[in-house]
Amino acid sequence: MKNLFKLLPWLFLALFATEIVAVLLPKKDGEFHVREFGRLPVLLNGRIQPFDSVAHNSLLQIRSTADVPLEEVPSWKFWHHPRKLKSTEWLLEVMLRPEQADDRPIFLIHHPDLIGELKLGDKGVEKSGLRYYTFNELRPVVSEIGEQSEKASEVKPEESRTALQKQVLKLSNAVMLYHRLKNSLQPEGSDDFAKELSDFQNAIGPGFAAARASQEGKEFDKEALDRLIQPLGQFEAMARFAYPLIVPPLKPEVARDNWQNAGASLMDAAHHGEVHPAMKYFAAMATAYRHDKPADFNQAVEDYKQWLSPIFAKELSKGRSEFYFNDIKAFFHAMIIYLCAFLLAVGALLTFALSPNLSESLRRSAFYLVLLAGVVHTFGLVFRMILEGRPPVTNLYSSAIFIGWGAMVLGSGLERIYRLGIGSAVASFAGFITLIIAHNLALDGDTMEMLRAVLDTNFWLATHVVVVTLGYASTFVAGLLAITYIFVGLFTPILAQNVNKAEIGKILAKMVYAIVCFATLFSFVGTVLGGIWADQSWGRFWGWDPKENGALIIVIWNVAILHARWGGLVKERGLMNMAVFGNIVTSFSWFGVNMLGIGLHSYGFMDAAFKWLMMFVAAQLVIIIMGMLPPRYWVSFRNRAASSPPASSKGAPGGKRKPAPAAT
Amino acid sequence: MLLNRILNFFTSLRLTVVCLCVALLLVFIGTLAQVDEGLYNAQNRYFRSLLICWTPKGADWRIPVFPGGYLIGGVLLINLLAAHAKRFQFTKKKIGIFIIHAGIVLLLLGQFATDLLSTESAMRLAEGESKNYSESGRESELVFIDVSDPKFDQVIAIPQGLLKGGVELRPDKLPFAVRVREFFPNSHLAEAETGVQTAGNHGAGANLVAHLLPRVTDMDLRDMPSAIVELISSSGSLGTWLVSTHLENPQTISVGEKSYKMAQRFTRYYKPFSLELLKFSHDLYKGTDTPKNFSSRVHINNPNTGENREVLIYMNNPLRVSGETYYQAGFAPDNDKRVNKVTILQVVRNPGWLTPYFSCVLVALGLIVQFMSHLIGFARKRRTA
Repeated sequence: MKNLFKLLPWLFLALFATEIVAVLLPKKDGEFHVREFGRLPVLLNGRIQPFDSVAHNSLLQIRSTADVPLEEVPSWKFWHHPRKLKSTEWLLEVMLRPEQADDRPIFLIHHPDLIGELKLGDKGVEKSGLRYYTFNELRPVVSEIGEQSEKASEVKPEESRTALQKQVLKLSNAVMLYHRLKNSLQPEGSDDFAKELSDFQNAIGPGFAAARASQEGKEFDKEALDRLIQPLGQFEAMARFAYPLIVPPLKPEVARDNWQNAGASLMDAAHHGEVHPAMKYFAAMATAYRHDKPADFNQAVEDYKQWLSPIFAKELSKGRSEFYFNDIKAFFHAMIIYLCAFLLAVGALLTFALSPNLSESLRRSAFYLVLLAGVVHTFGLVFRMILEGRPPVTNLYSSAIFIGWGAMVLGSGLERIYRLGIGSAVASFAGFITLIIAHNLALDGDTMEMLRAVLDTNFWLATHVVVVTLGYASTFVAGLLAITYIFVGLFTPILAQNVNKAEIGKILAKMVYAIVCFATLFSFVGTVLGGIWADQSWGRFWGWDPKENGALIIVIWNVAILHARWGGLVKERGLMNMAVFGNIVTSFSWFGVNMLGIGLHSYGFMDAAFKWLMMFVAAQLVIIIMGMLPPRYWVSFRNRAASSPPASSKGAPGGKRKPAPAAT
Repeated sequence: MLLNRILNFFTSLRLTVVCLCVALLLVFIGTLAQVDEGLYNAQNRYFRSLLICWTPKGADWRIPVFPGGYLIGGVLLINLLAAHAKRFQFTKKKIGIFIIHAGIVLLLLGQFATDLLSTESAMRLAEGESKNYSESGRESELVFIDVSDPKFDQVIAIPQGLLKGGVELRPDKLPFAVRVREFFPNSHLAEAETGVQTAGNHGAGANLVAHLLPRVTDMDLRDMPSAIVELISSSGSLGTWLVSTHLENPQTISVGEKSYKMAQRFTRYYKPFSLELLKFSHDLYKGTDTPKNFSSRVHINNPNTGENREVLIYMNNPLRVSGETYYQAGFAPDNDKRVNKVTILQVVRNPGWLTPYFSCVLVALGLIVQFMSHLIGFARKRRTA
């Protein structure tokens, strides 16, 4: 038994580490080298990215998932993995076999009124209360969606739109995006694009000759002219709709970012007399894919890569790296491990009194898993930084990732020192929750978008933003420790127990105090650095902008906690309640100010997030009320309360002050 | 006894904590209030005030309901100084605390000085244009320009604050009085339809009417004041005129031999040098509407000092010259249609701009010293334990 307890942590570590290694190992391509295609670089959102990212982000916007399940499995059968179309497979289908793609259930509609209005009640597939529709099912109502969304978009300001109107707009954007993707590589419905393109190439010369002759009033070859004009009409539509810019510039030395979409490139070809080589490769891929000739498809992908490699080596490698990053899903795996670690840590706390050996074994397991998840988390974070060429935090999404990372570091540091399982619990909980938040923020689309001019400064992003985000992270860690204190104290006798001659409750108070000190340091320095940045770019150190105010209230609150403790105004439980309130203050600063929809820093309005924020605040208030219950209701303090006269937890009377702050 | 009590009150940590909590509430309320009142108004009402007053609807009295930013900041400052004066002993253990608070005092005083002393204005330049003044975004003035001397113009300016309906002003250097018929803090001008009473009977006002608009709260917009004034010389009325920031060209008034140009315009701050915009660039990321950069290449020419050079002003890289700082703030929204692109530079004069830099260094240093000494003590204790 004892050996098993010793072995258990290593078993857990080995299990998850094996999974991670399996994820990191290179994977084989199928018959069609779809993964190889997914690595090819294109330009979208102002940055080079692989086809896979285009597919991934588009699918997130349309379906809110990164792949398309081919069969529906009830969610409680979690062990059953349905067959799925990966994002790039789906994209290839949309671009090249649209008749097949039109039958995939990808359009997510969850507003019952909208489903009713569009008379879609008896169609679509349902999964966990969400309904997905195929394009063919939506086809009869596409024009109605368009009309309704036009009406909805006239409602200004945006915040006053109803949930139904927002859903209509989202759906109509999704339909539009789908239409654009269909026309991104070849005209929708083209069956042998390679042949069409070579016909077009041959038609350019005679076609222009005919056009010139007709202008000069001479006799001209009408058929030759038609052979040119007919495809041009299609390409013109493609130029308007095609979504990613897939054709690299012919003169990269002039402007390296001068990529074109397929349609625009073909329109240009009519002027130059020569179809861009890239388009010829793409056409070969298109025809081979449609006609089910994997060898030809793979050859065309390979040839295109060969063509790109001398000049566009950098772009190719960017595409490869980002594909790898999408493929390994580092944050998803970290999230799963954090969750397991959290459950183990809770188990360790619950068995603390019952079976110290088991508890220690679980605690160790949790700690090892937190470290493993931390490694994966860090790997993802650093990979992203290298891909973007930026410091870790550039937008709300990456701030969530980074807050989780900071909390993980602080929590595992505490665990390393105190070995109670509490550090692991906090680290894993924070890691799990922030990665879930990040996942939801990613549903808006590209998370590596280019930065607007004012934010385009790695120096300030690396200093102000990083430091202030660490301030958020540490305030949350203090709050989570305090919540642990309240729950453990109310429902278990653990707080009053001793470890190494120190009461666990006292140890927790020390931890919270130390973390609040960190939080004060980071949030103050970060906030002032932000002011200095503002002075550098707008000429005012402090403008009372909502985001600045948000950071300021975190500083004020942390300072208030420290002074209240130094002045003896609060003791252990008071300190904890103040720290829990710190969660509310920080969440307001992090998310709330973005919802005001004003100020230089606002990222846009998020209704769903607002609801969650309110629920979070309410939960914190409930916890604070629980924390204010008199000691006789606390399982940990019940005996103490019975044996000694009730001690006031609300500070020493008469304004008498303890002399020096007895820190840590 | 009483003195002791007062001293105890002002040096107590309880006061510190209460003030901090009140400050937290104030910042929170002041931030929410920006949604309705706009950043500028909320800032003045909540943060740059001693007391926040509340006026019931329709009443003309007001009662203070909450302490304002200046009051809280002031009390905190007194509290901090008093506590340090009373209790402070210069020991090694407390050196960090002392440095931190010195930094805070510097920061508070510096920001207070900034509030009192700094001015913000904007310089709007089209390519090829040269200017030696910037304009306020909020305050306007009624100016009369005496152009009779060919060497220089004499400008007589009446600040917006003095322009109130029914007031008669008699500036020394003007041969006529200015009677303000009506003043519009924010206004809209329209062509007068036939039969409608026009804003004035001379100049531009003879064809226009002015409407009062509510004052703007949006930071990106500004009020456009107008006024209807009657000019009265010793020989009688010179007519009723409409002056407005909407009108681009000044109107001319002749009194005897002399003529004056008259305009309602945003208050100007003149410089000892001129700036000429050579080129404004504004790039977007390929295939997006996201601005990649914007920058203004300007030529600065100061005849007094002989300074004569080209500077590139861009985001996060302002020009600092003769106590003022020029920032790339924006551009004309209709730049696409213009041949000569227009840039908007923000001009800030802030004598206290360096204080946050010093105080940041002080506080960070103090915090690090303080926490490090705790951390080292803690590590030592653990090692011996």
